[in-house]
Amino acid sequence: MNRSAHRPRRPLRTAGAGVAVLLALSGCSASGSGTPGTAGGALSGTVTVFAAASLEESFTTLGERFEKEHPGTEVTFSFGGSDTLAAGIGNGAPADVFAAASTRTMGLVADEGLTADSPSTFVRNRLEIATLPGNPHGIGSLKDLTAPGLKVVLCDRAVPCGSAARTALAAADVELTPVSYAQDVKSALTKVELKEADAAVVYRTDVRAAGDKVEGVEFPEAAEAVNDYPIARLESARNPAAAKAFIALVKSPEGRKVLTGAGFLAP
Amino acid sequence: MPETAPKNPGRTPGPAGATPGPSAEGLDARLVVDRGSFRLDIALTAAPGDVVALLGPNGAGKTTALRALAGLAPLTAGHLLLDGAELHRTPPESRPVGVVFQDYLLFPHLTALDNVAFGPRCRGTGKAQARAQAAEWLDRMGLAEHAGAKPRRLSGGQAQRVALARALATHPRLLLLDEPLAALDARTRLEVRAQLRRHLAAFEAVAVLVTHDPLDAMVLADRLVVVEQGRIVQEGAPSDIARRPRTEYIAQLVGLNLYRGRADGHTVRLDAGPAVSTTEDLSGPAFVAFPPGAVTLHRDRPTGSSARNLWRCEVAGLEPHGDQVRVELTGELALAADLTTVAAAELDLHPGAPVWAAVKATQTHAYPA
Amino acid sequence: MTGRHATPSDPGTPAPPPGGGRSGTRTVRAPRTARPRTPGRGVPLPLLVPALLGLAFLLVPLLALLLRAPWRSLPEQLASPEVWQALRLSLVCATAATALSLVVGVPLAWLLARTDFPGRGLVRALVTLPLVLPPVVGGVALLLALGRNGVVGQWLDAWFGITLPFTTAGVVLAETFVAMPFLVISVEGTLRAADPRYEEAATTLGASRFTAFRRVTLPLVAPGIAAGAVLAWARALGEFGATITFAGNFPGRTQTMPLAVYLALQSDPAAAIALSLVLLAVSVAVLAGLRDRWMRTA
Repeated sequence: MNRSAHRPRRPLRTAGAGVAVLLALSGCSASGSGTPGTAGGALSGTVTVFAAASLEESFTTLGERFEKEHPGTEVTFSFGGSDTLAAGIGNGAPADVFAAASTRTMGLVADEGLTADSPSTFVRNRLEIATLPGNPHGIGSLKDLTAPGLKVVLCDRAVPCGSAARTALAAADVELTPVSYAQDVKSALTKVELKEADAAVVYRTDVRAAGDKVEGVEFPEAAEAVNDYPIARLESARNPAAAKAFIALVKSPEGRKVLTGAGFLAP
Repeated sequence: MPETAPKNPGRTPGPAGATPGPSAEGLDARLVVDRGSFRLDIALTAAPGDVVALLGPNGAGKTTALRALAGLAPLTAGHLLLDGAELHRTPPESRPVGVVFQDYLLFPHLTALDNVAFGPRCRGTGKAQARAQAAEWLDRMGLAEHAGAKPRRLSGGQAQRVALARALATHPRLLLLDEPLAALDARTRLEVRAQLRRHLAAFEAVAVLVTHDPLDAMVLADRLVVVEQGRIVQEGAPSDIARRPRTEYIAQLVGLNLYRGRADGHTVRLDAGPAVSTTEDLSGPAFVAFPPGAVTLHRDRPTGSSARNLWRCEVAGLEPHGDQVRVELTGELALAADLTTVAAAELDLHPGAPVWAAVKATQTHAYPA
Repeated sequence: MTGRHATPSDPGTPAPPPGGGRSGTRTVRAPRTARPRTPGRGVPLPLLVPALLGLAFLLVPLLALLLRAPWRSLPEQLASPEVWQALRLSLVCATAATALSLVVGVPLAWLLARTDFPGRGLVRALVTLPLVLPPVVGGVALLLALGRNGVVGQWLDAWFGITLPFTTAGVVLAETFVAMPFLVISVEGTLRAADPRYEEAATTLGASRFTAFRRVTLPLVAPGIAAGAVLAWARALGEFGATITFAGNFPGRTQTMPLAVYLALQSDPAAAIALSLVLLAVSVAVLAGLRDRWMRTA
């Protein structure tokens, strides 16, 4: 579930959410040296970002840019399922910024009064059908997924991509029995990548990230189930200035360019 | 003490064991088993009805020999013929061999009856018939009422008899017994030894038993084969071996002082130094043996004694031995002497005390080495 | 002068040779009596304190689960047929996985314990590998081997039309993969402890090696096999990673209790706790029942 950013320079910096939670509960500081400070407007110290797994690639890129723009800062990520991350924040995990894959999970945090400012949507994501390379079954719509013998994987309704898929299927008036309800979007995609399933309903960004191992098929009902990605600074942030600056970078045209490059839609 | 003399040119083969050919009945084996630095190399022959005891100290290779006969240890070289059949080419489960193991190894999850029926079942007898045969064997052993008992409910003696019944139930042509009485307490042993003797006497094929107990060997076997360090050092009838031991180990087992020397008429000059007068008239290498009870001890040099053999010794140790005291002596000749407790006290014996040891020539026994 | 009477324990006195014809010393087996407990009742503090700490560490989380369980909504949670479906599937699959582990695991354990072949140590290490492998990785490995496109799976598909992922059989295989090492290790230990001479005794009675195994060794090590089977069953029952990766998650077909619990945790922690309680109650009941019946001799 927890994906650590692929940054070999500082492998230990990307603590998993679980570890972060454990550290927080045991009273240790997860983000070591960073002395938060804004002396003379210059940012320094560590900013810890809890972000939905689907943001891994683009946020890692943005983190590097941030560090380059603000020498002396360090961005630490914990990528994971939005629900897990929200639970971690609720239990006191030390984070400065939270970027969720759905307004519902952000709501869990905001309702507890743990956000410092009101969450705002910075990108959106929509569903696509991931098919085998070359789309050998000629899938063009949700309806095509009901073809007999076709193995389709959906996300479980307990996770955001699952509830989105349900909404889309309802909008298309399609009754679909998958072979499996995956526990998260990446494992749904993996089944197609490994050619164990013929198709999966996943996010555009996931299709994009998988490169040529899957082929994406757009469908109109996806518009009915667009996911908003909200981001917010947290009340408990130890480095509020850097957190603010990071959020600004994410929302800037530069940040948007990186995100849309990964397949996200502008809000 | 003299060196052991594993030379046995005049070794007598078994009573009926005149060079059994390939078609001969009985056992004809040369067992060679290499196990690291240890090498067993013994020849065994026996006719049907013979009971042969392999006697030897721990680690002599007796059990290895038994395992080789049973096929549980592969032969490095040699041969194994039983009733003319080449047993060494037969897998253990197909050999007509029955084994009574040292601690019996009765299958703990099976009743006495099923333990005995196990062999016949494995050799293809139907279940009902195998059990009927087993019941018969148990009856013969006087164990009919224990047929349904699990081994842990049996006494040592009963377990021993069940083990014997189990081994006999397959009608083996070679019965092997590994220390058959070692697991029993002294009282039971007496009883079981007598029973076992009866059963072995009635057994029509070859029986080989392994023991380190000379009494078991002598009571149960017609012929003893003494094994030391993987070699046969002496074999023959029990009475012969008891009278004429050829190694220190056997002499100890049968309770004799044994020396090796060179005979010239009625005198044997021992390798250990002094000479011993004997009644036998021999020449050449010879053994001299006498029992500890034949030795008399004296504080002062005895005068006018008829004992021709007199040695100046020193007490090395004392120990109760039955109702007597065994005195270990060093000096001119190392020997053991048995005296009564009263005699020992009168002589004021204690370690280091000087004594004279005397043995009458008529009490000694000399025989060619 | 050390004294008038030499004692039998006098040093330097060699052991007396037995008298002629007299039976000498012999080894008499000590009678089998229950070994008395070490006198001095108290448990040493350096043992007692960590022991109690360990016990507390294991029990407190379970206790917390009970304390925080949504008792009021529990009947409602348990009314859902999906719960019972998942429970039934869990029990069926864990039992099938245990049976499969027994059929191939006991012979494997015998091979490791009783035969000598080159590379046996390596094989043994490989057998235990699933113990340390993260189950999710195990699931991926199973996909790569037995999946529709897997090394073996593609032939199963092409020749027999069998595909294992997303099926109940896949659940059983995933659970077997994870649980069998427990059985093999446990049975191998029992076999090593069992006296191999019983097999020899059977051989001299005419039993082939297989007959000896079946009629002698197997009954002798039955308690150890039962213990191993229980261990494997418990492991299979709680299996999550390999199952969801290899067999997927579909109610009634591949969604076992741990999967249901995990997914419930995403949206409704109270439901997850309720499901966990059911799984806990059933496994405790089964294990306690088995313990009384089967494992008394273990």
